Amino acid sequence: MYRYDQFDHQIAKERVAQFRDQVARRLSGELKEDEFRVLRLQNGVYMQIHAYMMRLAVPYGMVSAAQMRMFAHIARKYDRGYGHFTTRQNIQFNWLKLQDTPDILADLATVEMHANQTSGNCIRNTTSDEFAGVAQDEVVDPRPYAEILRQWSTFHPEFAYLPRKFKFSITGAVQDRAAIEINDVGLQVVKNAQGEIGFRVLVGGGLGRTPAIGTEISAFVPWQHLLTYAESIVRVYNEFGRRDNLYKARIKILVKAIGIDEFRRQVEEEWKLSKDGSGTITQAELERVAACFSTPGYEQLPPADAAVATLQKSNKAFASWVKRNVKAHKVPGYAAVELSLKRAGVAPGDATAEQMDAAAELADQYSFGELRITHMQNLVLADVKQSDLIALWEAARINGFATPNIGLLTDIICCPGGDFCTLANARSITLAKAVDERFDNIDYLQDIGEIDLNISGCVNACGHHHVGHIGILGVDKSGEEWYQVSIGGSKGSPANIGKIIGRSFSFAQIPEVISRLLQVYVRERQSGERFIDTLRRSGLDPFVEYVYATPVAEDEKLLLPDYDLIKHGMSYDTPYYSPRF
Amino acid sequence: MLIKNNALVADEWIVLRLKEGEAADSVTVPAGNVIVPLPVWNCQHEALQGRKELGLWLAGFERAEDIPDDVHRFPVIAVDFHKYTDGRGYTLAYRLRNQYGYRGELRAMGDILRDQLFYLKRVGFDTFAVRADTDIRDALKGLSDFSLTYQASTDNAQPLYRREKRGAAR
Repeated sequence: MYRYDQFDHQIAKERVAQFRDQVARRLSGELKEDEFRVLRLQNGVYMQIHAYMMRLAVPYGMVSAAQMRMFAHIARKYDRGYGHFTTRQNIQFNWLKLQDTPDILADLATVEMHANQTSGNCIRNTTSDEFAGVAQDEVVDPRPYAEILRQWSTFHPEFAYLPRKFKFSITGAVQDRAAIEINDVGLQVVKNAQGEIGFRVLVGGGLGRTPAIGTEISAFVPWQHLLTYAESIVRVYNEFGRRDNLYKARIKILVKAIGIDEFRRQVEEEWKLSKDGSGTITQAELERVAACFSTPGYEQLPPADAAVATLQKSNKAFASWVKRNVKAHKVPGYAAVELSLKRAGVAPGDATAEQMDAAAELADQYSFGELRITHMQNLVLADVKQSDLIALWEAARINGFATPNIGLLTDIICCPGGDFCTLANARSITLAKAVDERFDNIDYLQDIGEIDLNISGCVNACGHHHVGHIGILGVDKSGEEWYQVSIGGSKGSPANIGKIIGRSFSFAQIPEVISRLLQVYVRERQSGERFIDTLRRSGLDPFVEYVYATPVAEDEKLLLPDYDLIKHGMSYDTPYYSPRF
Repeated sequence: MLIKNNALVADEWIVLRLKEGEAADSVTVPAGNVIVPLPVWNCQHEALQGRKELGLWLAGFERAEDIPDDVHRFPVIAVDFHKYTDGRGYTLAYRLRNQYGYRGELRAMGDILRDQLFYLKRVGFDTFAVRADTDIRDALKGLSDFSLTYQASTDNAQPLYRREKRGAAR
């Protein structure tokens, strides 16, 4: 993975000093909250309901064992012993004190990490394919370009006060696992007929209040021009993106308003001024960065391991785990393994400090000391020998990572919701828990097969409900909490926005609604079809009709106080201002 | 007082702002070193033509196509930030310096504070009229938050990978 040189270290160090000074000025009252807000957000610091939250950057989801141990340290020293992995492949901590945040940044800098631009109206952390470098369908490894983008966008002086947040995502594979169609800019690394490397560039995708699928602005931008082209897009957006309405400020609205052709014309016009200039990426720089992502020392191994095959036959739990959590690898004898962070009773994406340490240990032992964080909020060990799978499975079980549910109904994407977030209308985490409990039967889940259930607590769509095969959105109706259900969304290859099935439901009705949707799938499916395939073939009608055919009873258990918002103690003891109160 | 080229200096310019009821075509431009808003320049262009010591100010939201062609005649151009979170003025400054080749004084004024100065300097501002309630001596510190930068901008036409030999000792 990328290693800092002296310059990266220096910049990281100066950032810590800058933020330390800003926090000191806030604590002394010299900086007003309104002046401080943007500064803290650009360091990932939010004010949530109970405490400060900090989102640490995990560039394109790659993390070393040492960095994972640092997360564990932060969880223990500054938080309540756990952290939450996010859909942008980052990690956030929910229970921080403002005065500790500069120390957290300083600790992070010792392991070549930071929290730069993980929030705010600036260029955010670039996301990528969690199987970059090991996927069988990869055309070009996207990570060197992702790192070059990281450095270019870090403290870009012109783009710190954009109309709204700005997200890049990059993939180099045939199958899009990076959801490039729902990012402000989506990049697909491709080779042209001459074998030259470049980018297919999409623009204007995004979720939130007005979901949109990105549109192609260029079929091929040669790699040397990545930064000047990206800069042209962001510059046009900075000038012309709307600033009068927070909800219409994303680039997707601008692209829709003027049309992709006019937007492309403006970008190309702008690009003329910078193309071939100093922002052109040099061969030397690409090689320097790419060298960090060279192939690890793979052994020559037989393509399959006999012991694994034997145990798969005799042990159902192991077989389920291999089926769901072990993924193909481009090198014979190796596999990529997903460590599930979805298990009953735990918020999706949460991991304890002990689990983080254990994951680091497993990475050291089995996967060249590296891990990845997935946008599905799980972890990946990307380079595991198949002959190590049994030992790894046993270790994963001990540490609560072995739920064999990757891609299944209970592999839920979920935002923090009303338990933590000042924006949420609904209890996302508790709903995920209720779904987990209702469908706690691995045979049934395996039979239902691949399905994306995504839950967002509000229209900001942090839980990506629009692109869930089943999407659930918390909505507020005259102060009451309701849940809107959509179906038919899909996050990539191709991405689709789901359609709302009808009137909303109460919290306690949702598990039954999901059950009915699944019953229609089981009734209608043809051999080999996933939920989404059946839905695409049959259309929404059979699903909608069945869900609303008879009254949906509330699950009475879900009306008990156990399913209320999680009870927390407040931990604010610093100048406090909450947008909620 | 102003921050100019990293030092505190007295402000020798008056900024003309239209008051309620005043109009760009009829307001009297006082004598002396005056920075006039774009609409006044546009309306009174001919009358003001002869005045050498005349500056121009642009609202942060004014667009590149609104910039007069003869920017080089102004010894000072100011960009007024009505709200520090509105970043259009950064691109405006970048364009003035790099597209229009403006080499005179480029001043940031309005709702700007210490913590914006480093980026403002990078895109091409050399003079800062910080918000009145800001300690200007303290604000000066904001210009040196970083000694290194990754990307090119007006202050440094080369990105780090062209400036330095990268990948050296950790």
